[in-house]
Amino acid sequence: MDVEMTLRVDGARYRLVVDTRTTLLDALRERLGITSPKKGCDHGQCGACTVLLDGRRATTCLALAVAHDDAEIITANGLAAGEELHPVARAFLDHDGFQCGYCTPGQICSAVGMLDEVEAGWPSHVSEELAGGVELDDEEIRERMSGNLCRCGAYANIVAAIREVAR
Amino acid sequence: MIPFDYERADDARSAVATVAGRPGAVFLGAGTNLVDHMKLGVANPDLLVDVSRLPFDVIEPLQGGGVRIGATVRNSDLAAAPVIRQRYPMLAAALLAGASGQLRNVATTAGNLLQRTRCVYFQDVTTPCNKRRPGSGCSAVEGYTRDHAILGASPHCVAVHPSDMAVALTALDAVVQVEGPSGPRSLAISDLYRLPGDQPQRDTVLEHGELITAVDLPELPMAARSSYRKVRDRASYAFALVSVAAAVDVVDGVMRDVRIALGGVAHKPWRASRAEEALRGAPAAEDAFRHAADAELTEARPLRDNAFKIPMARNTMVTVLRGLTWEEGR
Ligand SMILES: Cc1cc2nc3c(=O)[nH]c(=O)nc-3n(C[C@H](O)[C@H](O)[C@H](O)COP(=O)(O)OP(=O)(O)OC[C@H]3O[C@@H](n4cnc5c(N)ncnc54)[C@H](O)[C@@H]3O)c2cc1C
Ligand code: SF4
Ligand code: FES
Ligand code: FES
Repeated sequence: MDVEMTLRVDGARYRLVVDTRTTLLDALRERLGITSPKKGCDHGQCGACTVLLDGRRATTCLALAVAHDDAEIITANGLAAGEELHPVARAFLDHDGFQCGYCTPGQICSAVGMLDEVEAGWPSHVSEELAGGVELDDEEIRERMSGNLCRCGAYANIVAAIREVAR
Repeated sequence: MIPFDYERADDARSAVATVAGRPGAVFLGAGTNLVDHMKLGVANPDLLVDVSRLPFDVIEPLQGGGVRIGATVRNSDLAAAPVIRQRYPMLAAALLAGASGQLRNVATTAGNLLQRTRCVYFQDVTTPCNKRRPGSGCSAVEGYTRDHAILGASPHCVAVHPSDMAVALTALDAVVQVEGPSGPRSLAISDLYRLPGDQPQRDTVLEHGELITAVDLPELPMAARSSYRKVRDRASYAFALVSVAAAVDVVDGVMRDVRIALGGVAHKPWRASRAEEALRGAPAAEDAFRHAADAELTEARPLRDNAFKIPMARNTMVTVLRGLTWEEGR
């Protein structure tokens, strides 16, 4: 079944017709040519397809495009302000937070969303207190970023990059 | 994936009528389990009725002091809600121990409850599985059983329920609100889930077309003193081998009341009623905790690869109870 829908991605508005089976990730990559979000596992397990979906970090490989008609999506690409890199992207460069770079757009979107969650006072699995008042130490960063795998194992530098931005 | 139709539900009643009227129709939450299964060929619906935008995205107080959690409240919002963190910390902790930040941001309360087992054979359509294809046999019984059940299994299925949230809800005696083709009904969460018996294809007692609209938490002051502990193969982002949710009410070093549920051990979140019984009125002390854990596990039956779960469940229960009562022992 084909459905006509709208997506707003990185500030642009797109009308498209999708088969209901199309995931949000495939709609972005295959239909709109927006290849910043990557396909790693296609089963929700690796985080490479992470974007900001209506303001919150989310994976896109298990989301159906039709279910997100009119959604506002920001990819790692769209985080930059013109030529100016987003501070999280800048920190990944400064700290060598990647090797091949395949997981990086997902890592960056996830980190941006995660920092907002910390700002909102959300606790994590490793927080001492559920009541709030999170101090974003390395253990917290690792736990909160555990949904993003890196096959190159750049974790140490990813943590360093995020630690710097959080400061 | 086979082709399917898609509809966005306008209200609960029409969603129920649509699904009830079509055998191949199912409800769609965020899709983090359902769409995965459709890709794998485990689920092959011909119509998805999207209920993720129904106006159930609210957490509200109930008359009598409880809390109602709407079916579409996202896992991350539920874990972050002050009322849950303060009054039912084991529930916030269980949610935070599950999946990842990205998944929790979209996953719904109802979808979490109804997620299906992670048994590898269930997810692999090339192998026999009674849960996926009734009567085809159980590949696990003669196969790899490290992740499988030690309690309440049947020769037809030895799978475990994967939800962390549901373990906490079971310890809390949550009540599931359902809207069905013949009207609404309420189910105690322990009655929602079933043991596999000879019908492992049925995870729950819900009939085709029954929609979960909310989950009610009863007023339970002792739940303010509760916790959730999950044991898994890595520190984060893995399903439980064993988990324990518990709440205690201790007065003068005596266990006045206690609630315990186990995850990763059975086809349903396992209410540890025998342990609770052994503990009521007992001293809040290590010996009593061990005795109670043993009482719960007398009926445990290990499979080829999972005998380790018995001491693991025992030790985790003891550790959680010790953690909740350590002030008493000083
Ligand atoms: C990589 C990965 C890791 C994970 N790790 C964990 C973990 O550690 N712990 C854990 O607990 N979970 C874990 N999960 C599972 C996750 O919690 C579930 O996938 C999620 O909660 C399902 O919610 P959903 O809204 O996406 O449901 P969907 O996938 O949309 O639906 C799931 C089922 O519920 C039905 N349904 C949905 N809404 C309703 C309703 N209102 N009434 C009746 N039926 C309904 C659907 O028809 C479907 O059968 C993990 C998932 C992934 C992909
Ligand atoms: S344990 Fe249950 S889910 Fe796993 S293969 Fe056997 S019947 Fe299927
Ligand atoms: S591609 Fe989406 S999580 Fe791996
Ligand atoms: S940099 Fe290669 S996968 Fe992360």
